[in-house]
Amino acid sequence: MGQIVIVGLNHRTAPVEVRERLAFPADTIGHALRGVVEPRGISEGVILSTCNRVEVCVLADEGFRGTEAVREFLSSYHGMPAKELSEYLYHQTGEEAVRHLFRVASSLDSMVLGEPQILGQVKDAYGYAAEFKTIGPVLDKFFTKAFSVAKRVRTETRVANSAVSVSYAAVELAKKILGDLSDKTVMLIGAGEMCELAARHLLSAGAKGILVTNRTFERAVRLAEEFDGTPVRFDELSSHLKRADIILSSTGAPHFILKREDVESVLRVRKNRPMFFIDMAVPRDIDPDANEIDNVYVYDIDDLNNVIETNLEERQREAARAEEIVAAEVAAFRRWLESQQVTPTIVSLRRKFEEIKAAEVAKAVSALGADDPKTRKVIESLASSILNKVLHPPIASLKRESDGRSPMETVAMVREIFDLPEEEAEEERERTGDAPGQGGSVGSP
Amino acid sequence: MQIALLKATALFYLVGAVLYLYFIFTLTERGARVGRMFLLIGVVLHGAGFVARYFAAGYTPITSLFESLSFSAFAIVCVFLGFELRYNLRVLGAFVAPLAFFFSLVAAFLPGEVRTLAPALNSYWLPVHVILLFFGNAVFAVAFGAAIMYLMMEKQLKRKKLGAIFKRLPSLDVLDEINYRCLTIGFPLLTLGIITGSIWAEYAWGSYWSWDPKEVWSLITWFLYAALLHGRLTVGWRGRKAAILAIAGFCAVLFTFLGVNLLLPGLHTYTNLAG
Repeated sequence: MGQIVIVGLNHRTAPVEVRERLAFPADTIGHALRGVVEPRGISEGVILSTCNRVEVCVLADEGFRGTEAVREFLSSYHGMPAKELSEYLYHQTGEEAVRHLFRVASSLDSMVLGEPQILGQVKDAYGYAAEFKTIGPVLDKFFTKAFSVAKRVRTETRVANSAVSVSYAAVELAKKILGDLSDKTVMLIGAGEMCELAARHLLSAGAKGILVTNRTFERAVRLAEEFDGTPVRFDELSSHLKRADIILSSTGAPHFILKREDVESVLRVRKNRPMFFIDMAVPRDIDPDANEIDNVYVYDIDDLNNVIETNLEERQREAARAEEIVAAEVAAFRRWLESQQVTPTIVSLRRKFEEIKAAEVAKAVSALGADDPKTRKVIESLASSILNKVLHPPIASLKRESDGRSPMETVAMVREIFDLPEEEAEEERERTGDAPGQGGSVGSP
Repeated sequence: MQIALLKATALFYLVGAVLYLYFIFTLTERGARVGRMFLLIGVVLHGAGFVARYFAAGYTPITSLFESLSFSAFAIVCVFLGFELRYNLRVLGAFVAPLAFFFSLVAAFLPGEVRTLAPALNSYWLPVHVILLFFGNAVFAVAFGAAIMYLMMEKQLKRKKLGAIFKRLPSLDVLDEINYRCLTIGFPLLTLGIITGSIWAEYAWGSYWSWDPKEVWSLITWFLYAALLHGRLTVGWRGRKAAILAIAGFCAVLFTFLGVNLLLPGLHTYTNLAG
């Protein structure tokens, strides 16, 4: 029977030089996927390749050395000696592999906890495997489940709810102060990488336009072109300030370029329409006292970092709740996997037909109206012999290994054709006191 | 019949209140959505009870304290639902729904029998005058709620300590806009309410204005809101200042509505506790 195996490396186990060597670019992924499922003991495979991680997930036959096979594949595919590679790789099997993928998809294993891109990347990986037909019933169910776990984590916890970078914190604050940004203008004073990034985020969050100013006007013109904004001469700053709702500042000036009185007079012209100053300069550009004016908010770099700090703490608290969701889903998935084993499938198949037989025999006996032991016996043996003959081929097919198809596929097909309930195996085990997953997949080596 | 309807209404408001509180603590969107449905059903039942009582009594049932409280709850929920359609104001539901529940609960326990109407009240001006004023008050109550939220939010943003409130409240801009919107709706209602009252007074008591305490206090309320409206339109008052004035204005509304009846006897003393 099959076993889920994940072999991979991520930002914690491997430096970027190694990660980029082992990455699978999108245009070669079909070729790589076919290589993964080439060994006879491997029936399904998915490759996840992002800038922070490369992971290969396969379904290996029971008793097959799946982990080694994937390691060999990675080594030979990328031309990297297995020994050198092995210090970066981790591997997980069975239940641990299930937990691992669920955590990855829910962004609990990401460099920035709760970052939103990873789920899309996992979906892409699934999409490639579906496109190149290297995914089968088990990994299909496994990945689909991972998506729904990630969705649950996203909606039931706040692990991804608050900004954890300076520029996103700036956008979040701007929205809370100014509301809808679509009629708001941004002003960029001076050149600073962080300010430019924040300006970009504000614009993509819907801000209407941007004014750019710099001590060297050429630089302002260049930057304005880049942002599709309007350049403003630095000495005309104060006359343009009234048009700006969000002011991002990072000049190299040794003293405040905007004093409290300046802000007060601009605000009067603006009829108190609120202004949000984001001061990323050190030493600061904007008099922090301006924050005391009604409808004016001044945040410096320390303030923004404090906001992020608080948000990160919240994410960490929420991550604990997310882990609980993952644990519950891992247990549910394990039950499903167990129900896909051969033995419980045969048991539930037999039970289903025995129930049908009993009902039909009772019906026939009562229709004949003569409940003597002899009639009953004849009818029962007739039913039993039909039943056994009908059930023989599917059960033989379930028991037969390696007829070119993975046993998991046969199980899935039999379950579908005969409409067997999914949780049956669990009940069965409880009833007979049988150990879970004999010939089992989950949790072994 | 109307009492049974009122009790059912109170029950729906209660469930709505619980759901909105659940929403505000866990940020589960569904809490607010289902809560709104309960408020909506509650308000429909409430309206039905109001109409039933109108036919039973033969006059607009806003004359006793029982009826006034009940109608206030009705008007506040109506106005809140209206604003929620336009703005993201779900958080306010956590204040409005418990208030509506409390009012309708108290009303359900006050003497609620239909009485013979004092002759001075028996007029077509009664529904016009009181409905205008009660809806005006309800709009000011929403402005009051938005103003409290504004001040809480502003404090967090100024002190740069963003706690649980920050995540739950709408933006300052929206809260300030609600303040303005309420003013532009509530002020005309208040003005018309006072004018119709004055015309009715001429018919009923033979004088447009008799400096009765209720009249004096409604004039004070009117001046407060007039000042706020003027400040907003000409000097650009907004934000914190506007929020504080909206709170002061609503305190005056409350005193005019309840305080005057309980503390200052006058011509309007129809609605004291004795009924």
